[in-house]
Amino acid sequence: MSLSMPDFTKPESKRPDPRRILAAPGVAAILTILGTVALWELAARTLDIPSYLLPAPSSIFSTFPSIGAERWMGHVWATLRVALLGFALAIAIAIPLAIALVRSPALNRTLYPLLVIVQSTPVVAIAPIIIVVLGAGDAPRIVITTLICFFPLVVSTATGLAATPPELIELSRSLRAPAFREITQIRLPFAVPYVFSALKISVTLAVIGAVVAEFCASDAGVGYFIQFSTSMFKLPQAWAGLFVLAAMSLALFQAVSWAQKLLFPWSLPRKR
Amino acid sequence: METPAAIRFDRLGQVFETGSGRVEALRNVSFEVARHEFLAVLGPSGCGKSTLLRMIAGLLEPTSGAVEVFGRRVDGPREDIGIVFQKPTLLPWANIEDNVMFPVRHKRGRVGSHDRDRAQELLRMVGLEGFGKRLPDELSGGMQQRVGIARALHMEPDILLMDEPFSALDALTREEMGFDLLRIFGERPKTVVFITHSVSEAALLADRVLVMTGRPGSVLTELPVPVARPRGRETIKDPAVTELAAHLRDLLLQRDAA
Ligand SMILES: Nc1ncnc2c1ncn2[C@@H]1O[C@H](COP(=O)(O)OP(=O)(O)OP(=O)(O)O)[C@@H](O)[C@H]1O
Ligand SMILES: [Mg+2]
Repeated sequence: MSLSMPDFTKPESKRPDPRRILAAPGVAAILTILGTVALWELAARTLDIPSYLLPAPSSIFSTFPSIGAERWMGHVWATLRVALLGFALAIAIAIPLAIALVRSPALNRTLYPLLVIVQSTPVVAIAPIIIVVLGAGDAPRIVITTLICFFPLVVSTATGLAATPPELIELSRSLRAPAFREITQIRLPFAVPYVFSALKISVTLAVIGAVVAEFCASDAGVGYFIQFSTSMFKLPQAWAGLFVLAAMSLALFQAVSWAQKLLFPWSLPRKR
Repeated sequence: METPAAIRFDRLGQVFETGSGRVEALRNVSFEVARHEFLAVLGPSGCGKSTLLRMIAGLLEPTSGAVEVFGRRVDGPREDIGIVFQKPTLLPWANIEDNVMFPVRHKRGRVGSHDRDRAQELLRMVGLEGFGKRLPDELSGGMQQRVGIARALHMEPDILLMDEPFSALDALTREEMGFDLLRIFGERPKTVVFITHSVSEAALLADRVLVMTGRPGSVLTELPVPVARPRGRETIKDPAVTELAAHLRDLLLQRDAA
């Protein structure tokens, strides 16, 4: 009897299981993207779609070498610089602000409605005003970016700071510890998962902010490049710019995820 | 001169003003806990047991009456009191040793080698030697609660307040933790106020059991546990303990029926 039983203790055959490969991280995503591009190419060629409506991927990719690495880098750097500085400024404002909101119920009552009003005002609409007020240079673009990406950071950080187990706050009070240590040693670390989920949203919003600013006034940047290419009816070139923007957003999002994994591994859900 | 009781409640009352009205949580509560006495507190849910503990710890001011600790009226948090909560509530980013030393680091901003030695000693005492460098979520619920106990003892408090510390544990682990407490407080006696919903736990661990009425909470009765120390595993089968547990259960059930 036992001889006819399959031996489950032996490892299965060494041949890689195709299902396992598909389940590996990233593989499914890459296959989906490649498949979409292939379909797109096929559709563009067989259906004869005019290139100003939807250029074929091949004609989009062929613009990359014709623009040249140096010009690309110049535009990417212009956008990245504004996005990152605006993002950094948003963090520098949002986290102290969130701490203040959690520490003081009075501030929470007065400042929070103001924040909601600022958030409800379409930044895209006030962007031209900001540019007029702050003049040329990076400053207005950084401010626009900050305005677009700081709100989720404030809300999420404040939520995280308030989500600390009440027992630990009582422990802190019973020790009569200095109030700032309640923030640094208990509330802020407990807010880390909240802060990072907001950082991931904000960093992609920062790219949007930088592009919006470039649309209003600029002579460099990927957003400027897209606008300029469109005005010259170079649609494949504009699409190439769009791809670059998407890649930038993705890379920044990944960078934030990696930073969390590297700096705060305990804040990630555990895999068992 | 008579030495003052470790804890004394004097006609204490507590009323909470909430958005939906007045809640009278405690009414005319008077009792004493002697130094190095282990007092268990039993009572229906919502009768104000946790509120009592928070007042001993100085986290909440009574609306009437007073609480005294070692003869001095409690008018704010004091450092000679350790608290063990129902949930371990450890810091998930700090290893076990750092969690045990957390009160010192939180109060003074840094820890010394003496604090580290003491953490090691306490971990040995609660049966977690060698786990100092692990993270909390690598430990079982019972082990985490032991860390919570070690943390509460690290500042060498005279008084230990325990609010249903074992209620999140399974029955067997819970019994095991009870025996451990007997051993730990056998080695170094402490004044303990121990809230529980388990009559047998109260009868096994305490010198005296305080039974409270439903809301507004007040003292229904106080019963001594007529069993000598040291106690151990066999104590749980001692007729005096089982009888007391049965009597306590009757008291609580009667109150519920009434
Ligand atoms: N901060 C507060 N504000 C308003 N009401 C409160 C507050 N704290 C406690 N209460 C009320 O006081 C009563 C006693 O609460 P407490 O938590 O002390 O009960 P308990 O005996 O510990 O109950 P349990 O056994 O469920 O833990 C409850 O009715 C509760 O709703
Ligand atoms: Mg309670």
